[in-house]
Amino acid sequence: MTTELANNSGTVKLGRSTRFRRRTATDFAAEGEPFVWALGGALALGILMIVGFLALVIWNGIVTFIPKPIVVVTATNGDVFAGEPVRSEQFRPGPEVLAPLAPDARAAIAANGGLASRTLYRVGNYDLYGEDFRWIAAHDVKSIEAPTGLVLVERLEWGPFIGTIKSVELGDSAKEVAASTVGEIAAAHDRARERWQRLHRIERNDIGAVNYDLNQDRLRLRKIEIESGPASQAYTQAKQRFAEREANLKRDYERLSAMVAALRADDDKEVITFADVRGREKTISLSAVVRMYKANDLGLVGKIGVYLSRWWEFLSDEPREANTEGGVFPAIFGTFVMTLLLVVAVTPFGVITALYLREYAKQGRLVAVARISVNNLAGVPSIVYGVFGLGFFAYILGGTIDHLFYAERLPSPTFGSGGLLWSSLTLALLTVPVVIVATEEAVAAVPRSMREGSLACGASKWQTIRYVVLPRAMPGIMTGIILAMARGAGEVAPLMLVGVVKLAPELPLDGFFPYIHLERSFMHLGFHIYDVGFQSRNSEAGKPMVFVATLLLIVLIALMNASAIVVRNRLKRKFVGSQF
Amino acid sequence: MTRVEKIDVVEPPTVYHVKKGEQGSVLDISGFNLWYGAARALFGISMTVERGLVTALIGPSGCGKSTLLRALNRMNDLIEGVTIGGKVTLEGNDIYDHRADVIALRKRMGMVFQKPNPFPMTVFDNVTYPLRVDGVRDRRVLEETVERALRGAALWDEVKDRLQDSALGLSGGQQQRLCIARAIAGDPEVLLMDEPCSALDPIATAKIEELIDELRGHYSIVIVTHNMQQAARVSQNTAFMYLGRLIEYGETKAMFTVPKVRQTHDYVTGRFG
Repeated sequence: MTTELANNSGTVKLGRSTRFRRRTATDFAAEGEPFVWALGGALALGILMIVGFLALVIWNGIVTFIPKPIVVVTATNGDVFAGEPVRSEQFRPGPEVLAPLAPDARAAIAANGGLASRTLYRVGNYDLYGEDFRWIAAHDVKSIEAPTGLVLVERLEWGPFIGTIKSVELGDSAKEVAASTVGEIAAAHDRARERWQRLHRIERNDIGAVNYDLNQDRLRLRKIEIESGPASQAYTQAKQRFAEREANLKRDYERLSAMVAALRADDDKEVITFADVRGREKTISLSAVVRMYKANDLGLVGKIGVYLSRWWEFLSDEPREANTEGGVFPAIFGTFVMTLLLVVAVTPFGVITALYLREYAKQGRLVAVARISVNNLAGVPSIVYGVFGLGFFAYILGGTIDHLFYAERLPSPTFGSGGLLWSSLTLALLTVPVVIVATEEAVAAVPRSMREGSLACGASKWQTIRYVVLPRAMPGIMTGIILAMARGAGEVAPLMLVGVVKLAPELPLDGFFPYIHLERSFMHLGFHIYDVGFQSRNSEAGKPMVFVATLLLIVLIALMNASAIVVRNRLKRKFVGSQF
Repeated sequence: MTRVEKIDVVEPPTVYHVKKGEQGSVLDISGFNLWYGAARALFGISMTVERGLVTALIGPSGCGKSTLLRALNRMNDLIEGVTIGGKVTLEGNDIYDHRADVIALRKRMGMVFQKPNPFPMTVFDNVTYPLRVDGVRDRRVLEETVERALRGAALWDEVKDRLQDSALGLSGGQQQRLCIARAIAGDPEVLLMDEPCSALDPIATAKIEELIDELRGHYSIVIVTHNMQQAARVSQNTAFMYLGRLIEYGETKAMFTVPKVRQTHDYVTGRFG
């Protein structure tokens, strides 16, 4: 065709130009090539950012728990310390730093463009040094060596200790440590930890139960007092009964206290003494040692052992040391339960609203306004929902519930302050537009022929919706729920107002009636990230935990989404199928 | 949907030469008009549907045959802004009476649509749907109905081992026969078919046509079709509609050989349409 065109216009050219018309700028634009490239580029950029972000989080999350070697640094001024090197950086020393340096060190810095390097070490021993981390510039270092025998001790309090084991006192015999007693220490340590856990359990569960019963009785008495008045006979009798029960519970309490005291006495007999590199000693109870290992003597198997044990502690344990150590189990659990409750609340609410809007409401101005309002709700800053949740759910609704059902506990609030239930409802409100929009679209996409088929069978409108429209729309509705879930699980700002706290080792689920405590405040991984990274005394120690907690949050959301997607695909196969 | 009393006289008048059923007529349409908003779709249609016979509605696209069919079980109620005038009676009862129960009416009229529209359920649940929405839960009754309806729709042998499979896994022709089974499961009096073969291949079409022939007698069937050979093959009476008017309504054989109206002749011989 191009040949003909060329001939018709009377220009006869040889070679390629007679076969192919020359491309002009207009053709280029018409083909849309630049736009295709731009679109592809934008997609690639987006993917790159996501992959980069995930890689950063996953890498940092994975390496955090790897045991690092410990080095002993001798400074030029004679100072000696031991620590894990954390990171190095270049910095520009001021003239007052440069002045006292040796001429060759000054020359080296000048040759480097005035930049010197320094390294951050985690030195631990906070109780001895008053600092966990320490910078030292390269020109201040006299020597660095990595001697064997140094131990890193993770403790219940005061963070890690870095040094050597000096002596162990088991029962009555104090021993200087020799190589042959390593196994003995490990066995004693296991025993001490077990004892500590037993102690912890008694204090937490058994004494907790006694306190709980006592508190319940007291509340019951208070209720009778409120209902019948303090002068009534009922109250007098109840008071008498209460006194008897209180005496019984006191006896239980004393029995348990005695057990605790005995265990504690055993515990106090077993102590371990460490010494830091400069010989300063520190004696702690053996049971206060969470984990200790000789950092420079670990083989691959030992390293993997420490690594896995740290992960396990992280996933299954409670936090210690202002959340910078220990585990995040309460936060995982809180996030999970809150998201579950969010889904339970948002699904019926959103689906019913959407069904009414789409199927029953007369499509007019009012419905249009309602629809616009719903869409706008999705754009309200989430902290506003937090304020609303606190004001409406916690103070108004919760306050009313307290007055009606928990009057005996006042003035301390039960539902009248932030808690799991109010958090879930606030987030449900936050995410309900997503579910409404998705459901409306899914319902609208149900083929007309299918509704007509149902109606022609003599089904009522409600039956048609219930048996034909809803099942068919279910995958689309699930998509909305998945989106709502992902949004809700990652939301933090409103939760800070309506129930998430820094530390809540009491899970919302426990063995005391009514077993699910929706009024309790809870921990949340998202808030945990913020808290560990930016609110703790020791933000340098918290930094790696930020990545680990982020990794965990991403994995948790991904897992929940994946299971919802599996359900959706199953529904899709079942209800939508392949037409023809 | 609103109803108006005023009925215009329609010109030209319809020409009738209907084959009467042995048991009289089941549906009686008189002076029926229908408007979609301001646009008038049906003009004074008057005709009967004979009990036990197959009545075909033919005509070019947009002539109102589907509209008329859907008016018979009040499917047009779903469309906003529809106005009707005139009367349709099912065994003497006005179906557009304001006291009429639409759901009960639809239970007496099975409907088969242009495209197979099985519900997203098992074969069993699809067929028993009309009974289940009626509140029938008795397993034995449901099972008997499934076998009767599927045998009636000539599908039993093909699906009897897949009753608990999803209906969406059936082939197009099977799905359409399933829809017929569903339409007859509630034991209706009238079967309305809106171009039931238009989405099917010739073999599936032949099966459906055979089936219509078998169902004749048990049910009164009204079938809308674009395919004139099909109308000639399966129906006893044929109504020819054009631009919303019923031009001629008579015995099928005569309609296709010696039609009494020029327009009918032109249409069935393929001169227009």
